[in-house]
Amino acid sequence: MQRTKLVPMLAAIAAAFTLGTSHAQVKVGLILPMTGQQASTGKQIEAAVKLYMQQKGDTVAGKKIELIVKDDGAVPDNTKRIAQELIVNDKVNFIAGFGVTPAALAAAPLATQAKVPLIVMAAGTSIITERSPYIVRTSFTLAQSSVIIADWAAKNGIKKVVTLVSDYAPGADAQKSFSERFVKAGGTVAAELKVPLAVPDFSPVLQRARDEKPDALFVFVPSGQGGTFVKQFIERGLDKAGIRLIGPGDVTDDDLLNGMGDQVIGTVTAHMYSAVHPSPTNKAFVDAFRKANNNLRPNFMAVGGYDGMHLIYEALKKTNGSTDGDALIGAMKGMAWESPRGPISIDPETRDIVQNIYIRKVEKVGGELYNVEFATVNAVKDPVKAEKK
Amino acid sequence: MSTAPGIVAIALADRLAQRARWQPVEIVFWAAAAASVFLLPGKHIILAEIAILALFALSLDLILGYAGIISLGHAAFFGFGAYCAGLLAQHHLIDEPVLALAVSGLAAAALGFATSFLVLRGSDLTRLMVTLGVALMLREIANRFDALTGGADGLQGITIAPVLGRFAFDITGHAAYVYALAVTFLLFLAARRLVHSPFGLSLRSVKGNPLRAAAIGISVNARLVAIYTVAAGYAGIAGALLTQISAFCSLDVFSFDRSADLLLVLIIGGTGYLYGGLIGAVLFKLMQDWLATMTPQYWQFWIGLVLVAIVLVGRQRMAGWLYCARGLVPDMLRRR
Repeated sequence: MQRTKLVPMLAAIAAAFTLGTSHAQVKVGLILPMTGQQASTGKQIEAAVKLYMQQKGDTVAGKKIELIVKDDGAVPDNTKRIAQELIVNDKVNFIAGFGVTPAALAAAPLATQAKVPLIVMAAGTSIITERSPYIVRTSFTLAQSSVIIADWAAKNGIKKVVTLVSDYAPGADAQKSFSERFVKAGGTVAAELKVPLAVPDFSPVLQRARDEKPDALFVFVPSGQGGTFVKQFIERGLDKAGIRLIGPGDVTDDDLLNGMGDQVIGTVTAHMYSAVHPSPTNKAFVDAFRKANNNLRPNFMAVGGYDGMHLIYEALKKTNGSTDGDALIGAMKGMAWESPRGPISIDPETRDIVQNIYIRKVEKVGGELYNVEFATVNAVKDPVKAEKK
Repeated sequence: MSTAPGIVAIALADRLAQRARWQPVEIVFWAAAAASVFLLPGKHIILAEIAILALFALSLDLILGYAGIISLGHAAFFGFGAYCAGLLAQHHLIDEPVLALAVSGLAAAALGFATSFLVLRGSDLTRLMVTLGVALMLREIANRFDALTGGADGLQGITIAPVLGRFAFDITGHAAYVYALAVTFLLFLAARRLVHSPFGLSLRSVKGNPLRAAAIGISVNARLVAIYTVAAGYAGIAGALLTQISAFCSLDVFSFDRSADLLLVLIIGGTGYLYGGLIGAVLFKLMQDWLATMTPQYWQFWIGLVLVAIVLVGRQRMAGWLYCARGLVPDMLRRR
């Protein structure tokens, strides 16, 4: 038995280990969940990154940009190994992507060790950027929008709220930021509910939420789970019980919103991006994105990826193509530009994103459901880090 | 007349001893593994993962291939060992990796011993459910006690001390690979010794027919408990290795996928001759890595297709063709 299996095995090893490398390039390793529950995040970001490269060309400051896309399935163990391989074997100059917080946290020590800039394009827990001086974020933090929606709820006749979040770091962030702000503004939080991140069945917690008879339910579930959540919210009749749905904009994700049905009309969320953000930059972005991706509507993840790529391009321009990690991070600090989501900048102190947070309501626009922005809070920094000072 | 059984016994003992002897191919296999340390320095990160998966698969092969216990929850022990090693390092209880590895292995073995009594009951289907259930329970416990385990965010901020106080784990993965390969090799030697021992042979007879085995005086349950405990310890050490070389540990170590992948590894490599897990691990990981690079979005489809093809064509038959091609048919028939 042994002999017959060993021969093809050795041949396979030899075949698998043939390598090729070249010079005068800048390599960007994009680590995303392309499979599994968070696959929509990966799809959106990859599409946006490729769109950016297609629009701006693949050469910056005389260097050719090479993109290497890897799937981590949102499993942090995979993320860490893939990041390590990209840095050691492929000699990438940037690692980017990171669909969920645990993935970004797992890769953080590698960025510090290898002095490779790590661009967070999706994950939204505040602490991420504190885990390495080489981390820059172009997505958002949950605290940013949770605090804003707390203020809005307190001012708009919502007195009693039940919170429901996915049980991992960003969920905890969202819950904490919201509850603290809301209670300070005079509201009450009747219950703080958590659902497991994997295999979520929301029905038992939705029943509990309903029993509390709150004015509103504050919800955070990661991008991709919003559809299931809203379906069960309606099935359990919480909308008919007069319970409003509020939260950061992850739950009314543009990617899934149109399939959720008319019952979601009127849901109010705070977030940094809506596909109908009224600006020429956004219109051009949405049109190009739809055209390149079979009419797929870009969501907030896509914008995080698009801006992340912009950040990489602009930093390279500033360093004249130098790929020194410290120089690149230095170049990124304080950088400001007009994104499809509006004006944004990188906070030079925290390397986190500073952006407008919009309050939006789900409405029907041209036969499709959209988050229509009706109020803006300008230049919001991450509240968690601001509080630590 | 009285000498006839004696001759048979001697011939049998001779044949068993022959089986236990090292074959040239085995030496070539391990020589190739050792050579990879020097010849493939750029691949040490994935090779370390392959070594760990191989050890984990070896552990399942011990119970599946030798004792006929089928398990869909072997990740329970892998994860238990992984979290043990992580917690030992995080709280600086035992900093020395080799010692921590041994302790984690023993802890997983203890868990294996405790749960083995559940596995003794019932048929294959019951065993599938019980093992699956144990793994799911442990995963949920780790998720609930997030103050200790970090919950869904994983065990953060572990630093692993250098192995034996000298070889530090670095980003290149050299130390990690040599460490993982050495541990896997040593445990393989132990497993090889074990399966060729009278104990190992008695396991085979239990697998063949438990009733007859009991009738010739083998205490079936005690043997099954013993091998299950040993296999759990092996799996725990594999898990602890993963935590140590990646300085990280998340709920994924308990995941169903991990247990299921392990069965796939053994399906690819074959069971009951120890090398199945090792060869399966190499092929599975390389195939996964290659496909995931080719098509990050749809690689799972291709893996599925390859597996279906393997099962349809049949490993036995593939092996058979190879034997035929070499004119080794009699050899194959004899082994069957």
